[in-house]
Amino acid sequence: MNPEFLYFIETVLNGLMAGVMYSLVALGFALIFKASGIFNFAQGVMALFAALTLVGLQTGQVPFAHLINAIFGTQIHHFGWELPAIIAIVGTLGVMVAFAYLFEGLVLKHLVNQEPIILFMATIGLAYFLEGFGDLMWGANIKAMDVGIPSGGSFWWEDVTRTWAPEDSGYFGMYIDKLDVVAAIVALVLVSALVAFSQYTKFGRALRAVADDHQAALSVGISLRTIWVVVWSIAGFVALVAGIMWGAKSGVQFSLSLIALKALPVLILGGFTSIPGAIVGGLIIGVGEKLAELYIGPLVGGAIENWFAYVVALVFLLFRPQGLFGERIIERV
Amino acid sequence: MRLKLLVASAAAAVVMSTAPALADLVFPSLSYRTGPYAPNGIPFADGYADYFTLINERDGGIEGQKITLLECETGYNTEKGVECYESTKGQGALLYQPLSTGITYQLIPKATADGIPVHSMGYGRTSAANGKVFPWIFNYPGTYWDAASIIVKHILDEEGGDLNGKKIALVYHNSAYGKEPIRTLEELAAKHGYELSLYPVDHPGQEQKATWLQIRRDQPNYVLMWGWGVMNQVAIQEAANIRYPMDHFIGVWWSASENDVLPAGDGADGYKAIAFHGVGSDFPLFDDIQKYVIDAGKAAGDGSHLGEVLYNRGVYAAMLAVEAARTAMKLHDTTDITPAMMRDGMEALVLDNARMAELGIPDFGPEINVTCSNHGGPGLGAISQWDASSKTWSLVTDFMGADREVVDPLIMEDSAAYAQEAGIEPVACGS
Repeated sequence: MNPEFLYFIETVLNGLMAGVMYSLVALGFALIFKASGIFNFAQGVMALFAALTLVGLQTGQVPFAHLINAIFGTQIHHFGWELPAIIAIVGTLGVMVAFAYLFEGLVLKHLVNQEPIILFMATIGLAYFLEGFGDLMWGANIKAMDVGIPSGGSFWWEDVTRTWAPEDSGYFGMYIDKLDVVAAIVALVLVSALVAFSQYTKFGRALRAVADDHQAALSVGISLRTIWVVVWSIAGFVALVAGIMWGAKSGVQFSLSLIALKALPVLILGGFTSIPGAIVGGLIIGVGEKLAELYIGPLVGGAIENWFAYVVALVFLLFRPQGLFGERIIERV
Repeated sequence: MRLKLLVASAAAAVVMSTAPALADLVFPSLSYRTGPYAPNGIPFADGYADYFTLINERDGGIEGQKITLLECETGYNTEKGVECYESTKGQGALLYQPLSTGITYQLIPKATADGIPVHSMGYGRTSAANGKVFPWIFNYPGTYWDAASIIVKHILDEEGGDLNGKKIALVYHNSAYGKEPIRTLEELAAKHGYELSLYPVDHPGQEQKATWLQIRRDQPNYVLMWGWGVMNQVAIQEAANIRYPMDHFIGVWWSASENDVLPAGDGADGYKAIAFHGVGSDFPLFDDIQKYVIDAGKAAGDGSHLGEVLYNRGVYAAMLAVEAARTAMKLHDTTDITPAMMRDGMEALVLDNARMAELGIPDFGPEINVTCSNHGGPGLGAISQWDASSKTWSLVTDFMGADREVVDPLIMEDSAAYAQEAGIEPVACGS
């Protein structure tokens, strides 16, 4: 095969993989929106908070150490132990469930049947609170994420694909990041589980009923508060997965919250209420922006992939406002 | 009446407790301890504050005059930085260290009009090195254009003096800061015959897959980086992922902290960067900081950043400020200096090896001799390299000079264009 064509395939493949990473973030948004009609502005910060907590627990960091030391004049920073990744992940999940319980009890329960914009405002407040709280709890240092996920280019794939081009072409094989492959597998499992949960369980049906109408769901005996705790816990779990994957790429740091920006065009494209839509939207955005950067970028000075994703989303919005898999908007007079 | 008196007294007490004492030397610190860039802002702010605290605690101030540090949080946000400037300039501010190219660009006309010197140490507008056009702005000991030139000089050394037909790539933050070295690298490409390719990365730089796929395909001999924040960590990780030889990957001094290399683990081993000051804590000065500041419980932070690259940079910036203030005091024969006197002190600053040894930082940086026309200093830099196993930086070259034949005309050209645009009449310098 012609090396140029192989480069094209490589770009598409890597775009798909990058798209999966965006989808992991978009999933959290879609999940909460689908179940409660809330656009959760704090989803990116939740991913950051989950990743900070995971690394903190794993490395035996004392939470609020800076605050404790400042008040009591002590010099404690670490417990002196390190936890295996799996225990730290379970511990973090526990923290995210506790967070969901507290957020429901302190904020959401007071906002039942309020306009969506009010709930959206509450999540903006949550985002800023959680960012500051995470800083206070775990410090602002950049931390390495090490939960044993392989990363770096795959030698095996390079060797296999090198033979696809003529020997004298100097082609050195196709690049694929092992971390991205793991992320794709995790995303596949996650989406399958979430779709099954949403479509085929009694609880999933209750979630959808709450999303349609809070009051109506309450009137047929669905416990709104339980539903909200569960859905925010699941979103916390999805945030943890996204935090692990993105944290492994860039280290765990406060910029991690900005990954939410990558999820917005994905949601516009896939639809805010669709879990498979988050994946398909991510794949389209990922491939689109990578191809644009590689083939259009050099013509216009480069660095177009960030805004190109939004242009794609905007164009899509004009023709299909509800997104690819979103529920059709029907207003009856 | 009594209530009014009470309220007035309380208000006066609040004002007096927050305002510096009248005779204090006031140095604002435009820091960023929050937000996405906090991991870089914190060690610098700690180093900057801790050095001033050391001077107060160990020496009783500069020539007996106590220092007051006014810290103001900018969040690395240009608007907030300008607000910080406006809110602190009336409190006797002697010098601003904006720690942001964006804030520096905004402060250049403001500080010039207000008559307060700005020290954009190794950042900001490169052509501010021309003191005739920018009498209130200083960027010694080196500029971005010096850095670009010194890196190319290092590559020349590595390649036996010949870069003909070689390919050099620049991965840069797609902002005014990131674009700074392009012109210099283009001029140097024309001079040395290498091919320059440019790879901009949009803020924040969390996703760079397309950029590194292009680099993998184009196979440049060297990759240079002008990055900041998360862009640095992702770029180093991606370079390691595509197995780019790390000793051919060279960053500017703002892409060269422990924060940038640690997340990539062993993959970052061998990564190089230019430095304009020493690394590590093996200097007598740091023993004093430990004793008088950290152990005494007076540190700005938790003391854990001592010896890190950005902490050292904060210490270095504060040390240069203190030495300039000392020079100003001698020049004007008073310890009660004004911002205008401080400017004179900065312009007359001479820092040689003997003085650095006296200060407890022998050979920590290049010798500095600022003049009326040259606010950029000597323009020297050394190459540092990261050792992932010991998690330390070390200088692998001596301090080298930039190609003045290329850099100086560019400074003249750019500053002349600024002077014309802003209607500035360049000041006359003696030499």
